[in-house]
Amino acid sequence: MGELKLMKGNEAVAEAAIRAGVDAYFGYPITPQSEVMEYLAAEQPHKRTGMVLLQAESEIAAINMVYGAASTGKKAMTSSSSPGISLKMEGISYLAGAELPCVVVNVVRGGPGLGTIQPSQADYFQATKGGGHGDYHMLVLAPASVQEMSDFVKLGFDLAFKYRNPVMILSDGVIGQMMEKVELFDPIPRCTEFNEEWMLTGKTADREKRVVTSLDLDSAKMEKHNLDLVAKYKKMQENEVRYEEFQVEDAEYLFVAYGCSARICQKTVKIAREMGHKVGLLRPITLYPYPSKRLNELADRLKGILSVELNSGQMIEDVKLAVNGKTKVEHYGRMGGMIHSPEQVLCAFEEFLLK
Amino acid sequence: MNEEIIIAGFGGQGVLSMGKILAYSGIMRNLEVSWMPSYGPEMRGGTANVTVILSEERISSPIINIFDSAIILNQQSLDKFERKVRPGGLLLYDTNGITRHPERTDIDIYQVEAAAESARIDNLRVFNMIVLGAYLKLKDFLKLEHVIEGLEKSLPPRYHHLIEANADALKIGMNIVKPYSAELAK
Repeated sequence: MGELKLMKGNEAVAEAAIRAGVDAYFGYPITPQSEVMEYLAAEQPHKRTGMVLLQAESEIAAINMVYGAASTGKKAMTSSSSPGISLKMEGISYLAGAELPCVVVNVVRGGPGLGTIQPSQADYFQATKGGGHGDYHMLVLAPASVQEMSDFVKLGFDLAFKYRNPVMILSDGVIGQMMEKVELFDPIPRCTEFNEEWMLTGKTADREKRVVTSLDLDSAKMEKHNLDLVAKYKKMQENEVRYEEFQVEDAEYLFVAYGCSARICQKTVKIAREMGHKVGLLRPITLYPYPSKRLNELADRLKGILSVELNSGQMIEDVKLAVNGKTKVEHYGRMGGMIHSPEQVLCAFEEFLLK
Repeated sequence: MNEEIIIAGFGGQGVLSMGKILAYSGIMRNLEVSWMPSYGPEMRGGTANVTVILSEERISSPIINIFDSAIILNQQSLDKFERKVRPGGLLLYDTNGITRHPERTDIDIYQVEAAAESARIDNLRVFNMIVLGAYLKLKDFLKLEHVIEGLEKSLPPRYHHLIEANADALKIGMNIVKPYSAELAK
């Protein structure tokens, strides 16, 4: 068993970055994720692994530093919270267009605009449907525990390099700020060999020059690039869908929730079961690609689905697309930094699905 | 066992660190733990609270609305959380600054005069450990040893010389905690 620690979700991200052999973290502080950089600054990762920690002059600078580092084949990451992630969106679109691997952590707070510093899940659309411009997708992981905040940094880089694609860890203020037990994985040494054919390592006489860009003025070539991206996203859909089921075997009704809402719904399932309602929970772990196929299968025998998220109803669109009219789908969620209690979710379940 | 606790008081009273030490003590007993603070502007001079859950099972929601135990350190928190203790649950509070005492008769209520006691022994900084000691006395799933081990684990070595004073404060809390009845007070 690995080392056991009591940590905040944000601290777990930072420690995992050092252990995952990350070469560089570029960031800019914002509540509720500032502990990521604070922890790194205290740990002095340059002494532990040689990892670079740099506070950029802005979120925009930080994401473009990630672009630069990633184009040389280095493991680069950044983190922020909602308004800061909006600033990074142009850079993320460029990273996706140039097919560069990186990990971006979003510890979501309430919006729109500066919004509030309290927890929210209102950045679902931004994370899964674009956010930046152009036809692209990030692979989106949604941790629901401090343990997963740590594990998904490692998994995120594995997937980012496997697909040469930005990976987003879509967390929230609850998971970022809470402390739980976390089993830390054993450190992986930083990579020292950069010999994949896309990495910019300095041209030598014996090889062709390499270009990392998202620009192609030849439309035919650009369309070919778009088709390659589409093929890549299809591969992700085939191979990378992850989800967790909780008391689904005999369920007549289903909650669909991710991140902190999934934790809250687990408790609601317990209370509802004690009252005799056969309720289960499906927790998408990847929000893109989405577990649509599994939801569609389950919909055949369900009387109704409640999509529970801290927003006005965003993921519910993916639930509805997956279910395709087979069963009733409703939404429940608090907003603006307010968090639904397990009992409030139960009331919504009774009102929307039982009545 | 499953224990869901709210600790609430003023920012600066050691609410969050008491919760952290409680969580570490739970780890020493191989329990699952979660620690969810209120964060944000309300912590600056205002009220601070933390939800700690200790359980033998995997913890579901870190966000809860009804608590097994409430540890209350000021009037605002008493007003807010008294009604959120489940029937049969525990309310432990420091009487310092309290003008309206608890009124419920369906929960166990205890007082600990930790602020007064910490002033008497001239060590205000162990205030929160006196409160924690009182809580330990009332709950049998955690022992003093677990908390001391938790302190050793959570404090950096340069502060380990303070553990003895903290252990003494825990023992004081265990000794001075006393029951309170809203019914008798009427």
